[in-house]
Amino acid sequence: MEFFLQVLKGGLDALLEYLSLHVLTCLVPAFFIAGAIAIFISQTAVLKYFGPGAKKLLSYSIASVSGAILAVCSCTVLPLFGGIYKRGAGLGPAIAFLYSAPAINILAIVYSARLLGYDLGVGRAIGAILSSIIIGLIMAAIYRRDKSQKDAAAFDILTADTESKSPQQQLVFFIILVGILISAASGQWIVIGILLAALSIILWRWFATDELKQWMIETGRFVRMIIPWLLVGVFAAGILRAAIPESIVAGVVGGNSLQANFIASFLGSIMYFATLTEVPIVRAFLDLGMGKGPALALLLAGPALSLPNMLVIRSIMGTRKTLTYITLVIVMATISGYIFGLIAQ
Amino acid sequence: MNIKILGTGCARCRALSKAVREITDQMQADITIEEVKDMKQILEYPILSTPGLVIDEQLVYHGQVPKKEEIEKLIASALKKQE
Repeated sequence: MEFFLQVLKGGLDALLEYLSLHVLTCLVPAFFIAGAIAIFISQTAVLKYFGPGAKKLLSYSIASVSGAILAVCSCTVLPLFGGIYKRGAGLGPAIAFLYSAPAINILAIVYSARLLGYDLGVGRAIGAILSSIIIGLIMAAIYRRDKSQKDAAAFDILTADTESKSPQQQLVFFIILVGILISAASGQWIVIGILLAALSIILWRWFATDELKQWMIETGRFVRMIIPWLLVGVFAAGILRAAIPESIVAGVVGGNSLQANFIASFLGSIMYFATLTEVPIVRAFLDLGMGKGPALALLLAGPALSLPNMLVIRSIMGTRKTLTYITLVIVMATISGYIFGLIAQ
Repeated sequence: MNIKILGTGCARCRALSKAVREITDQMQADITIEEVKDMKQILEYPILSTPGLVIDEQLVYHGQVPKKEEIEKLIASALKKQE
């Protein structure tokens, strides 16, 4: 009973510490950016590179990084994955997109860097981008006979341009938003002031009131969708920290052996993380003595493989390919963690 | 007329579903609304991002929640086609 209470207290303490340390405030600009991405970025410009006629090299490269602007939640990742696989560039690029997307969206990068340190934040993004291409290429090589129903005409209709801002306007808008995000993180208040002034001029000149309203609604939606789960995750992380003895964590996933990386990667693959909750959980494990390499392995394998996602993916591409994908993810996450552990030491 | 809303239950899909219901509730036409949540069925339609709005088996909008006036226009033009 006493142990139970102590564990519960660990969870509550973690929650309180979070709310008082304003750890979440770093996410505020990121939420606005995520909202802006969903509303203002013309996705069609990117989707063109996923068409059946697109050059292979280009589709893989774009697939590995486009999660940053295409996918802020899994409700966009899975249909896009299915669409690219079935009607577009095919299995390889679809897989590359599927793997990298949860790791390189703007919220995940900002939050990982803030809570786990810049090395793990950057390592996560780079690790996801590189291994997504490798996993995609391997999948495409294994199942090279498997052709998608390439229907260029149908794909073109899907990517037909909808009205939006000009590319230059989008670019300026996002450079300013990301600038605000970075200067807020590093505490450059004068720069923030200048950027905010620039932003208000842009908003006033280029945007209609209705668009701004939609932006705010979308931002609010992300906050409502993610924050409750994040608090649950923080609470769970506090419980873990109180319930698991350090000696066990340090013994099993401490250091940077291949075995430790594999165990972390495998654990990640069977755990389910709601958007961003992987970050406080990994923080808890790091505090308990997990090595940096295994932490990255867990970060890479965890959000890429969750049971609900796997069920959907299986219904799209079948059991055998799904199992191959899971195996590849675990292996690649292990290797990425191991290499990162060597570099970070 | 048959309207389908494609989406696995994310916030935007619910918003679209609500908007469509609000509009059709005020109409006198015979309209059935169906929410398609199974990803496999969703992908039967040429869609890349949810939510999707399907009127009489035609995908008419996807990726975002359209403005109310836009939904009204889409439904109205589909009704006209029926006549």
